[in-house]
Amino acid sequence: MRIHWTAVYVLWRREMIRYVRAKSRIVGSLAMPVFFLAFLGLGFRRMPVPGMGGGAGYIGFLAPGIIGMTLLFSSSMQGMSVLWDKEFGFLKEIMVAPVSRVSLVLGRIAGGTTTSMIQGLLIFGASLVMGFRFHGLAALAFGLVFMLLISFTFIGLGLIFASRMKDMQGFGIVMNFIIFPFFFLSGALTPLENFPWAIRALSYVDPLTYGVDGLRAVLIGTSSLPVVVDLAAMIGFALVMLFLGTYFFEKSEGV
Amino acid sequence: MDAIRVDGLVKTFEGFTAVDRISFTVEEGELFGLLGPNGAGKTTTINMLATLLRPTSGSAAVAGFDVTRDRDAVRKSIGVVFQEPALDGRLTGRENLEFHTMMYGIGKAERRRRIDEVLELVELTDKAATPVDKYSGGMKRRLEIARGLTHRPKVLFLDEPTLGLDAQTRRHIWEYVRKLNKEAGVTIILTTHYMEEADFLCDRVAIMDHGTFVALDTPVRLKDTLGGDVISLELEGDAAAFLEELGRLDWIKRSKRHEDVLSLTMEKGERRIPELVMLAQQKGVTVACVNLRKPSLEDVFLHFTGRTIREQEASPGERNRSMMMGHGRR
Repeated sequence: MRIHWTAVYVLWRREMIRYVRAKSRIVGSLAMPVFFLAFLGLGFRRMPVPGMGGGAGYIGFLAPGIIGMTLLFSSSMQGMSVLWDKEFGFLKEIMVAPVSRVSLVLGRIAGGTTTSMIQGLLIFGASLVMGFRFHGLAALAFGLVFMLLISFTFIGLGLIFASRMKDMQGFGIVMNFIIFPFFFLSGALTPLENFPWAIRALSYVDPLTYGVDGLRAVLIGTSSLPVVVDLAAMIGFALVMLFLGTYFFEKSEGV
Repeated sequence: MDAIRVDGLVKTFEGFTAVDRISFTVEEGELFGLLGPNGAGKTTTINMLATLLRPTSGSAAVAGFDVTRDRDAVRKSIGVVFQEPALDGRLTGRENLEFHTMMYGIGKAERRRRIDEVLELVELTDKAATPVDKYSGGMKRRLEIARGLTHRPKVLFLDEPTLGLDAQTRRHIWEYVRKLNKEAGVTIILTTHYMEEADFLCDRVAIMDHGTFVALDTPVRLKDTLGGDVISLELEGDAAAFLEELGRLDWIKRSKRHEDVLSLTMEKGERRIPELVMLAQQKGVTVACVNLRKPSLEDVFLHFTGRTIREQEASPGERNRSMMMGHGRR
């Protein structure tokens, strides 16, 4: 199917305008990760983390987790923003436009990824203020790759949900029973090694596990899985989720 | 070529038939109305023609393109103004129009020119930089109509264009719609449940009820099917001779007497008044008062469905029906 790049651009631009204008939303969505960083970071400051070498400390363990969490929440919300557009009627305006459905999905992914990445980088900045130290600019470059893959994966997931749901009613259920478990299972706050094996098995089907582990691997140099495994898993998840998200969005009816 | 050709179109939602085998054609340049109560299937019909819903069966072509097989070509040829606002409230009026024109692939210079032009047309130029959230209902409607025009569609769909607007704004939009149709030659399909709107605007009207068309014709001919106008004469004096004379006139379709008032049904009643008054005088009867009542589309609706459109809306069964429809439409 043909891709209409102007449409992708204009959808992206709309997302940017909305993002810049919704200052209270930005502050609101950053508050939670900042509190997590501040209070958990301070509270567990002197706790040793099993399997973590070097002098990174708990903040070193926590910061990649919280960056992952920020990406998880903002990307899945972005993916599900289709539902908001449905609620406020704007989706019809988008669906009736003479552009391929793939272009519409790409526009959403572009917009959603950009806002998620900005959010993630802001939290990255906040973690630096709290004493997080990482292994130089090359590490940051690899970190950005993982951040992108996490964003793609959960925007795709959000799109799947949004395309299957008729209205906002299921939104809370998705947040509480899918997104939050993804967060806790990923080992963002606590080492996976501490989970009983049954829970750990669930962790290994959670994309965020590999994302957070990969971020730790590249940013602070310690991880529970080899970084190649993390990268391969994340690329796999991102591709599958984007494909499914696009597929379900295309299949969904416009009203 | 017909602007719209619909053949046996059906849409069912989970066992409920919202649109039930309708067929019609709309000529290029026509202003065509779908009139009916809420839940009659008007919006579902529009949504299928606008490629937003896939028909369950039957076929439809807009501007010569099939609505299921050639969706992008249909989308390029149409403009749609939806029943509920489809604007991004956080964007300004101009930004909403820019979004639209860019989606339709209109180049930068042309875009600016057309946006200025349509803003002027709907008198929103001075509000162009205001976020749409701050607009009134009427302003939003006008902006949406303007938006539907920026890409110069061949066919424009207006779904309840004046729903919930005050009388003055409604008039304004009527005049505007008419101008568009007559001057710019845009084919317009509008849905409404306001009788006077369909009557005032449309070249032809399809009366829709429970997903089917119960009648389709020009407003004038629809009203003529009722047998014409009703003239009431208040008579003074002995009317026997006059009544006898009236009995011989074949253009009087029905006559009914209630005390001093005589009600006569006929076509083109306004042309018959002088004749009737003269005849009464000849027969020695004084006409104290004459009243001519034109049948409205309301009467037509009553005639074809056995209910007035307001009764339809008030009955609980109908309300459930329209709620189901609302559910299906989302």
